[in-house]
Amino acid sequence: MNARERLARFLRTDPRDVGCDEAMAVLHVYADLVAHDAGAATERYPGVAAHLAACGPCREDLTGLLAALSGDV
Amino acid sequence: MERVAGLDDESAEWLRLLDPSAADHRAGLDRLHERLLRIARAEVRRRTARIVGPEVDDLAHQAAADAMLAILAKRDTFRGESRFTTWAYRFVILEVSSKLGRHFWRNPPAPLDDEQWERLPDRLGVDPHEHAEARHLAEVVRAAVDETLTEHQRSVFVEVVLHGVPLDALCARDGVTRSAVYKTVFDARRKIRAALVANGYLDPSVRQEESS
Ligand SMILES: [Zn+2]
Repeated sequence: MNARERLARFLRTDPRDVGCDEAMAVLHVYADLVAHDAGAATERYPGVAAHLAACGPCREDLTGLLAALSGDV
Repeated sequence: MERVAGLDDESAEWLRLLDPSAADHRAGLDRLHERLLRIARAEVRRRTARIVGPEVDDLAHQAAADAMLAILAKRDTFRGESRFTTWAYRFVILEVSSKLGRHFWRNPPAPLDDEQWERLPDRLGVDPHEHAEARHLAEVVRAAVDETLTEHQRSVFVEVVLHGVPLDALCARDGVTRSAVYKTVFDARRKIRAALVANGYLDPSVRQEESS
């Protein structure tokens, strides 16, 4: 990917993106779905999936929650 | 406490334990706290190597204690949409996030008084071999920022994107929500892109989905 493509990708925004509040409000439901079937989570909550693809901190929260659920901790 | 319909056995058992009238309520609280603490410790370690030793434990204890309070205050709002543990663990994960945000300022990177636009290409992962294009890119973005962003959008964009200040650190310092900071950067990205498409720097064929 060249410089302009990288910039374009960074600047692109997804209109389905629900924002942090809405994503965090259903994070537990989303995490249980992901733990079972990631595709089902995206299908049921496309706006949350779009948000998690773009928001590093919320994605970290999901990763942490999934790690906690996996029982490895 | 109101019985939640259709709950799995483990979740139902947790709700029973958290009812103050349960004979083994105290033991249940201890068990939950122990789990929250273990998760908090692991989560602090997973997220950062900047915090070590007893500080990990301090932070984990605070996060577990605050999560415990939140869970007890809100347990009646649990509707069984997820397993009880998933619902409960979310609180401790969010506590770790916000505490790490606050912790960032204990030992922040050297203060950056200037806007270091030359950092932008690196922050976007541009290949260092593309010197000339990288310099040009930083200039056009800076011009778009000057033209289109409000003062507030600009300062948040500079801190988050150029200087790499974590969103949760800004939240802790400024007393705002993560959602508000994210939205500010989101709007800034959208406006900068529109300006760069209008002046021909970016290809409009990759459609910009409209929002708000
Ligand atoms: Zn977010």
